[in-house]
Amino acid sequence: MKNKVIVIGGGTAGMEVAGQLAKHDCTVTLLERSAETGGHVRDWYHLFPDRKDSREVINYLENLIRHKSISLFTDTDVNDIVRENDFFVVRTSDGKELQADAIVVSTGFDLFRSERKEEYGYGIYDNVISSADLEKMFRNDEIKLQNGNIPSKIGMVHCVGSRDEKVGNVYCSKLCCVTAVKQAIEIVKRIPEAKVFCFYMDIRMGGALYEELYKEAQQDYGVNFIRGKVSEVSQDIDNKLITKVEDTLTGRPLKIGLDMLVLMAGMEMAESGQKIALSAELDTGENRFFKATDLHYGSNKSNKNGIFYAGTCTAPMNITETISHARAAVIDVIDYLNDRSN
Amino acid sequence: MQFDPFVIPFNIGLYFILIYAVVRCVLWFRDLSRADKLRLQRGFFGRPFAKSLKEIFMESLIHRKILKSNFRLGYMHMSLAFGWFLLILFGTIEADIFGTRHLNPPYKAIFFKFFNPEHGRNGIEAFYAFIMDFLLAFILSGLLLAVIKRFSSRVVGMKKTTRLKTLDKVALTSLWLIFPSRLLAESFTSAAYDTGSFLTGSLGSVFASFLPVNELAYPFWWLYSISLGTFFILLPLTRYMHIPTELFLIFARNSGIRTGDHYGAFTEIQTYSCSSCGICIDTCQLNLSTGITDIQSAYLLKGIRNNEDVKDIANNCLMCGRCDQNCPVGIELTPIRMIMRREPETKSGDNGFFEKYFPSHVKIPVPKTNGSLVYGWLPAVKTTKAEVLYFAGCMTHLTPAIKKSMIKILDAAGVNYNFMDEEGGVCCGRPLMLAGKYKQARELINYNSKIIKQSGANILVTSCPICYKVFRESYYLNIDVYHHSQFINSLINEDVLRLRFLRKKITYHSPCELGRRSGVYAEPKEVLKHVGRLQLTRHEDENAYCCGGSLGNMHISYAQKKKIASDAAKDLTRNNPDILATACPLCKKTFSPVTETPVADIAEIVAEAIILSHPDKKNYSKVISLKEPVDISE
Repeated sequence: MKNKVIVIGGGTAGMEVAGQLAKHDCTVTLLERSAETGGHVRDWYHLFPDRKDSREVINYLENLIRHKSISLFTDTDVNDIVRENDFFVVRTSDGKELQADAIVVSTGFDLFRSERKEEYGYGIYDNVISSADLEKMFRNDEIKLQNGNIPSKIGMVHCVGSRDEKVGNVYCSKLCCVTAVKQAIEIVKRIPEAKVFCFYMDIRMGGALYEELYKEAQQDYGVNFIRGKVSEVSQDIDNKLITKVEDTLTGRPLKIGLDMLVLMAGMEMAESGQKIALSAELDTGENRFFKATDLHYGSNKSNKNGIFYAGTCTAPMNITETISHARAAVIDVIDYLNDRSN
Repeated sequence: MQFDPFVIPFNIGLYFILIYAVVRCVLWFRDLSRADKLRLQRGFFGRPFAKSLKEIFMESLIHRKILKSNFRLGYMHMSLAFGWFLLILFGTIEADIFGTRHLNPPYKAIFFKFFNPEHGRNGIEAFYAFIMDFLLAFILSGLLLAVIKRFSSRVVGMKKTTRLKTLDKVALTSLWLIFPSRLLAESFTSAAYDTGSFLTGSLGSVFASFLPVNELAYPFWWLYSISLGTFFILLPLTRYMHIPTELFLIFARNSGIRTGDHYGAFTEIQTYSCSSCGICIDTCQLNLSTGITDIQSAYLLKGIRNNEDVKDIANNCLMCGRCDQNCPVGIELTPIRMIMRREPETKSGDNGFFEKYFPSHVKIPVPKTNGSLVYGWLPAVKTTKAEVLYFAGCMTHLTPAIKKSMIKILDAAGVNYNFMDEEGGVCCGRPLMLAGKYKQARELINYNSKIIKQSGANILVTSCPICYKVFRESYYLNIDVYHHSQFINSLINEDVLRLRFLRKKITYHSPCELGRRSGVYAEPKEVLKHVGRLQLTRHEDENAYCCGGSLGNMHISYAQKKKIASDAAKDLTRNNPDILATACPLCKKTFSPVTETPVADIAEIVAEAIILSHPDKKNYSKVISLKEPVDISE
């Protein structure tokens, strides 16, 4: 008899896990709480560092889960996970009780809700938007202010909800820096006369080809990088965003009037994931993400035998890392199932 | 004249403490400012005197406030204080009526039984002996609670009790010994003469059955006298100094003397009036949420009394004022802490033995701006004339939704106002004061004062309770200062602001600086009642929580502040309100991340409820009449 695996969360990691497990002769149930699979990638336009259209990734993932052994339930929330003897029972919000031999949790992340940093004025001032909002503008090909004008001075605020003790997130989301660089380039490409300012604490360009992109942004696109945290934003009578920031390299306080401010929202443990952590008694770390049994060689294993993690529910990751982490989870699941049947 | 050598220790102690108390009071009186001396003199011949007597009876003897908040603890304090008082009173009467002669020296009343062992056999004497036994039993029941409290504070309904220093322990032991030794001494004497009422008589008979009561009585009378004497001699060095000091404090307070921002005799009197009862520890959120139990006001005052460096204790506090509200002695704890945050002029040194009884304390003057200015570089600002000046404050600039709402409200009501810090202003000065930097704060106060004077405004409205407090108390301006909740309330009452009912359940969190520290409780709630259904919690007005985001505490970590905030928010949202309302941008910022319930400032809620196009809309025109805010001086 085929082994049954339930994958919770149909984003990049969940789809990759489901597809690979199906290839390896498992029956997979993929549960997705929203109406569509694909997760956050669906909201993104281009991916760094090569500006690949995110739809290519979505296409790849959708093809992967088009498999006879995979059954997909969308609009399905998980209420709780119970272990009964040798198998798990997953109860869903629509009253289903699903059985499985193993479980992969791939609940992903939530984008930091920028309203929580009220001093930046998200949801209060017209032209303060989040990085996700900007991606939508790219997709619809209209980078416009609320009044329909084209912005000419745009600020990007790094570390919104990351490395910020006041909101309870001390960790670095690690992808916002490169996202800002990518988006800054994209803006200048579309509006060549636009001036873009990035307000950063540290620039963290740790991934492959990131540093090159950062250099390109400065040399070829004239993006200004100002080292300093934005302290507060207010709006003047012409709807200009008066942004106060300290340039810590020159040691001067600055006040810049901007047309648009883009907040680089960080990544947080998904709320749905926290719910599962509580009901299934899964360990979480200080940063609220799931805590794997070992950072080095057990990053897919949970504290409950038979439950595994894949993707950004354990830490912020980019697409490349998410897919690798998902594939690694598949190996752990297969190992577990083999050990059990022997 | 009846006399026995064993009364000597008691007599030495008694006369010592009486003389000491008088000398100390004279010294304190000498140190008071001229104005305070006058207040005290006037108070002595006026109503404050009667009021003080009543208060001394209700609070120092009956301990009404403690009884109300915690019955068992109150009973403990009452039985010891009121019981002892009655025992002395009735003892004196007893000695006067039943003794060999009238007008006896005090020891005759205290050791009446020893000198009149035959007393109390029958008739009125037996009844009187019964009263005396009853009072002794009353005190002993309280003492039992006190002993238990030392070992397990939960029994008297306290989570924590104060830790003691060595002298306190010796004094405590002698205090504890007083009444049991009296009980035993009286029982033995009663047994020897076959007198005594229900307590001493019956206990005496029991002892007589197996003990040589005749020989035992005398040593216990000695023990009783020595315990009393030791207690009195040590009293000035221990927390029991609060017994005589509190009388002076009550009288001084009723005469109108307040702490202000000056460290002087009144501060010292308050410091010595603390009995270390520990109620401040129990109400402190640093204790309740984060388990910090060594910085509360009882320890601060103890540190000041012992001439210790209290800087760390003074700085590790939310300055929420919850302990002030709950202090049964009514000590102005937070104002004293504000003073202790400043740099002292003289350092405290080691005190010799004599100085222990008459300690010299550090001088903490009120700093003045002089010489070089720290903020001299601030640019001069010109303002336009306006009737009303609106000062949003730094925290409001960090919560722009409040600022936006206030502008909408002011515009809708047609107020002729000038937005003083629209382009970003200079800090009101309070955060610096909270950090003990009075001199620097005074510079900012002077800077802002100039702008306010220039504008010619009659009314200053601020959105931030932190600014509100300092504008009202530390700015010397001839201008009415209102928090926006008060101003909005008056706009509603004047009918220039029309609001619709939002059909929402609202819970109001009273900010510390606006509520407890400034006495504004009613207006914010009045405003909320206009726009929604106000749900009351167990934490209204004086009992309100601190949100935990206080600027007053730079010692604890963000994680600890967050713990305080989430504990408070959890309790406040217990009955699932639609909105957790507050009137302070800092409270809003602190609560928002820790609760699922939407948190909003009063201004935001009102702005949402505004009916804009009102046909016969009156415009706000003249200076509106507002009630003077409650005066609570710091």
